[in-house]
Amino acid sequence: MAPTAPSPAKSASPSQPSGKSEVSDLKQQLRQLAGSRAPDADDQRRDVFKRVISCMTAGIDVSAAFGEMVLCSATSDVVLKKMCYLYVGVHARAHPDLALLTINFLQRDCRDQDPTIRGLALRSLCSLRVPNLVEYLVAPLTTGLKDPSAYVRMVASVGAAKLYHISTTTCLDADLPAALKALMLSDSDAQVVANCLHSLLEIWTLEAANSEAAAREIETLYSKPVVFYLLNRIKEFSEWAQCHVLELASKFLPSDNNEIFDIMNLLEDRLQHANGAVVLATIKVFLHLTMSMTDVHQQVYERIKAPLLTLVGAGSPEQSYSVLCHLHLLVMRAPMLFSSDYKSFYCQFSDPSYVKKLKLEMLTAIANESNTYEIVTELCEYAGNVDVPIARESIRAVGKIALQQYDVNAIVDRLLQFLEMDKDYVTAETLVLVKDLLRKYPQWSHDCIAVVGNISSQNIQEPKGKAALIWMLGEYSQDMHDAPYILESLVDNWDEEQSPEVRLHLLTAVMKCFFKRPPETQKALGATLAAGLADTHQDVHDRALFYYRLLQHDPAVAERVVNPPKQAVSVFADTQSSEIKDRIFDEFNSLSVVYQKPSYMFTDKEHRGTFEYSEDLTNLTVGVEAPETVISAQRYQENDNDLLLSTSDKEDNVTRASNGSSTSTYNAPPDLTGPSSLLSSQTPTETALINPGGPTYSAQTNFSLDDLLGLGVPDTPAPPSPPALTLNSKPVLDPGTFQKKWGQLALSLSQECSLSPQGAASLMNPQSLIRHMQSNYIQCIASGGQPPNYKFFFYGQKDGATAFYLVECIVNTASAKAQLKIKADDGTTAQSFSTLFQSALSKFGLS
Amino acid sequence: MVNISPSLLLELLQRIARVTKDYLGVLNEDSLRKNFILVYELLDEVIDFGYPQTTSTEALKSYIFNEPIMVDAGRMPPLGPAAMFMQGSKRMPGTAVTKSVVANEPGGKKREEIFVDIIEKISVTFSSSGYILTSEIDGTIQMKSYLSGNPEIRLALNEDLGIGRSGSSTHDYRSSSGGGSVVLDDCNFHESVQLDSFDIDRTLHLIPPDGEFPVMNYRMTQEFKPPFRVTALIEEAGPSRAEVLLKIRADFSANVTANTITVQMPVPSYTMRASFELEAGAVGQTTDFKEGSRRLEWNLKKIVGGSEHTLRAKLTFSQESHGNLTKEAGPVNMNFTIPMYNASKLQVRYLQISKKSKTYNPYRWVRYVTQANSYVARL
Repeated sequence: MAPTAPSPAKSASPSQPSGKSEVSDLKQQLRQLAGSRAPDADDQRRDVFKRVISCMTAGIDVSAAFGEMVLCSATSDVVLKKMCYLYVGVHARAHPDLALLTINFLQRDCRDQDPTIRGLALRSLCSLRVPNLVEYLVAPLTTGLKDPSAYVRMVASVGAAKLYHISTTTCLDADLPAALKALMLSDSDAQVVANCLHSLLEIWTLEAANSEAAAREIETLYSKPVVFYLLNRIKEFSEWAQCHVLELASKFLPSDNNEIFDIMNLLEDRLQHANGAVVLATIKVFLHLTMSMTDVHQQVYERIKAPLLTLVGAGSPEQSYSVLCHLHLLVMRAPMLFSSDYKSFYCQFSDPSYVKKLKLEMLTAIANESNTYEIVTELCEYAGNVDVPIARESIRAVGKIALQQYDVNAIVDRLLQFLEMDKDYVTAETLVLVKDLLRKYPQWSHDCIAVVGNISSQNIQEPKGKAALIWMLGEYSQDMHDAPYILESLVDNWDEEQSPEVRLHLLTAVMKCFFKRPPETQKALGATLAAGLADTHQDVHDRALFYYRLLQHDPAVAERVVNPPKQAVSVFADTQSSEIKDRIFDEFNSLSVVYQKPSYMFTDKEHRGTFEYSEDLTNLTVGVEAPETVISAQRYQENDNDLLLSTSDKEDNVTRASNGSSTSTYNAPPDLTGPSSLLSSQTPTETALINPGGPTYSAQTNFSLDDLLGLGVPDTPAPPSPPALTLNSKPVLDPGTFQKKWGQLALSLSQECSLSPQGAASLMNPQSLIRHMQSNYIQCIASGGQPPNYKFFFYGQKDGATAFYLVECIVNTASAKAQLKIKADDGTTAQSFSTLFQSALSKFGLS
Repeated sequence: MVNISPSLLLELLQRIARVTKDYLGVLNEDSLRKNFILVYELLDEVIDFGYPQTTSTEALKSYIFNEPIMVDAGRMPPLGPAAMFMQGSKRMPGTAVTKSVVANEPGGKKREEIFVDIIEKISVTFSSSGYILTSEIDGTIQMKSYLSGNPEIRLALNEDLGIGRSGSSTHDYRSSSGGGSVVLDDCNFHESVQLDSFDIDRTLHLIPPDGEFPVMNYRMTQEFKPPFRVTALIEEAGPSRAEVLLKIRADFSANVTANTITVQMPVPSYTMRASFELEAGAVGQTTDFKEGSRRLEWNLKKIVGGSEHTLRAKLTFSQESHGNLTKEAGPVNMNFTIPMYNASKLQVRYLQISKKSKTYNPYRWVRYVTQANSYVARL
């Protein structure tokens, strides 16, 4: 509830105080009331407090009155207390020094007899958001979690997460997560349980980036005992908490079918809930659990149809839209299952156009042999709709259904009837459709041409429609008697034609016509080429020039280029890949379904514009939030490993080190890692200092000894093993440089590869993959996502070179597939790097 | 939570609006201005750190200390579906639905009463020949309880009520599909509703929480008798003229009256003028030609059951019409509200409140209302 800025009109009204005099006036009054023991003092204080909050709401800075507000807060009046807490919560962050003044009375209130006061005080204490004051939070929170009143425990369990965000270490040192977990599994109050679950998920998800223990804790939340415990209590929870528990359950991996049926039987009645959010969350559980059982999955579709349609009918247009988007997703996945429900998707007069648009898409998808006639009849009614965008969509829908091959004959007739309606936009849309239809069904050309030939090109204003008409004139000029003359008249008006798209089509159409009917077109062709060569639009000019030279070169060749025998188009390209669709389905019951985009497209900063890391993005945990600490930790860890390495591993390591000339295999010291330029400026002394043990150990083997001896000889060749690319074991790249490189470099490779099933399973903890890849000298710079979709950014560096490889890796744990996008400084080795990366990835989970 | 469930968010927002309305009686700018401290207090208890805590008006009572300041409901245009009860029907006490659930009434005592509203939104599409193409009813049984002490309530519906379209759905979770005179496609229930005996005698048991909530939502596509028959004709009458005839027949009993009826008809885009001719002795009817949207509009204050009303209009075009006028005009759309009428025939047989004492006899209001959602006649 941040105070909002007042609109100018409002601040002028007498009830809305404004200006500094008001604030000083309020301060004055507060000071007078501070010590007052008059019988009506509380009423007066209420009045003044209310005016302070009113100013705050109107956007006036009332922070100057902080001291006076605190002075007046020593009261037993709950209403006054609440207003004071509200005020303090808003202003404490900006005034940490003054916030200290409030600690005293908040702490005292945390020990009040009345549980409501205790809860209120604790909530306010946790909402101060002043890092210096966290020490005062621990004791009240720990006591609060054990409070006899459920209200206080409710507040305390959310408070723990608030503390985590203010000071991670304080929260963890006080062992609050453990206390939350114990409370979650035992508390009698369902809301306390729900709040513990929220807080734990939040804390552990963020912690998982740094600690394996936290990642394991998350796994336990998704484990059978916890999920079943929560599901068994599902009816005790509030609707909102039910949604969260169901979301948790949707990620549960059952070990056998009995577990699946147990859960579904338990949740069956949730589908009858009046709250759409609960129903959708339940449906998500059902759909995800039955993914591997095709027939049951299909039964689920049948079962959820009716509840979803009921939700679409109830509630506000916004609520119906949200549900309808999910229904849309399901219809697109399994149109057959909805083919008998087509009437449910007819547009209603009162539907907003965003609802109508979705319905039209669904009607298009579910059209089949049995219902096409009815659906197309209905769609034709919408073509005359007052809402022009919807009328256009309806015509397009008719065309799409025709392209799906059902009942084409009748549909072609109807499309041709549209042309008779003589409305500009109807004609334009229809022409585009007729053109596409002819590309797929050339056999209809005679019927269509007869009608299209009667259309006067002067009546069509829209470029797309005009271009479609011109295309047909060129393509079928042998069948259309007037074609050369219509084209000629269009060429005459070349200068008035605004759209370059139309002019391009005109050029080509005249060329085609010329080869079919040379004597009649010759004149027009000359005029067209002249006009095209003089055209100011680069593409038009170029195409005209190209045609001109082609004709000069050899008319026969030109004919083969312009008028080749064409194959009918069998399928028009789908706009969205099935992989994207699957990912949206995995994110059922989220905004992804409404936006029709997987979440990474709108949550990742990269896709939203700037590629930066900040704390507000909770689902993108950042591996390099504090590059110094992480890298230094890695360095020490690696040093430890060095001592533990087996001889054979060691050999490997040293081979690489010795080949790597003067470029260090090791990082710069932690405090110097910032700018990447340091990488090259590292001095040999540093290397020597950091890696004193290496050569000593490896000297024990002959192989290394040879190498060592050869170190001084400049022409010692590296063992020639072309595909085996070796990587720098400790490359350094800061996020800023990564981001810059990612933006600058072209995509070298884009591949899909598989993970082992074990690997996919262990991805419940993304941290484990990061460590696994690290052991293969591939570093993670950022990771994010939620099951089943994770996204990682990795990088590696060619040993002994400065060239980096950057990888975007999107893993879907459900399909055990990974999408790789590799960008490389040195593109020639990108393939070898990809091989290396994939082999490392495929071994994940097997060790 | 960056990628949150949109339904969760929308349901939550709506619930917050409802809780606020329960407290303030009416939800509008004026009542929000007067009660902003109370609204802050409510929001603080409803959501903590982004997590919804409790949205039950009843549970919130023990944490909310500010008293609502009432606004004069008479002056304010009421919001929401409750608005429909403000007009026309004598049986309803005017202030009832705008009364705060928590505040005491001027007399100091709270009146014990409960409202059960059966609200149906109907959608009908007539073909040009008057044949019903599609029809659907989306209904809600809404309850608003001002009862103290949370007595248990039994709400009995039609005994022969069927649920689930026979044949079309594979699931058959209430065995009595088909057969009954009222067959719902599907329904859902508020979580306070116990369905233990619903299968046997179609009775809902519940302990109503304070405030307003939907007991049950239902959907019906079974054929029903539409309350109005609409006939629309457009005919050429000379080179650049046309005549329109609109006729409405009220197909319900004479003791029911529909109110605030609007009939709209889009006309060809080249229409310049329209002149109207109302039937003889027409009372409370107005007509208009909306030039911007090229639409005829006909408003009727009320229509008594069994009656028939006609409107004639002469259109003047700016050009000669080419070809088919029916493709250029229509469809006709109608809006109306009919209190004490429900198209589905779903009935509340009785509303029983468990008695605390012999003298305890709270007021019970069972009200029906039907509204047009999409009532369309094609030309």
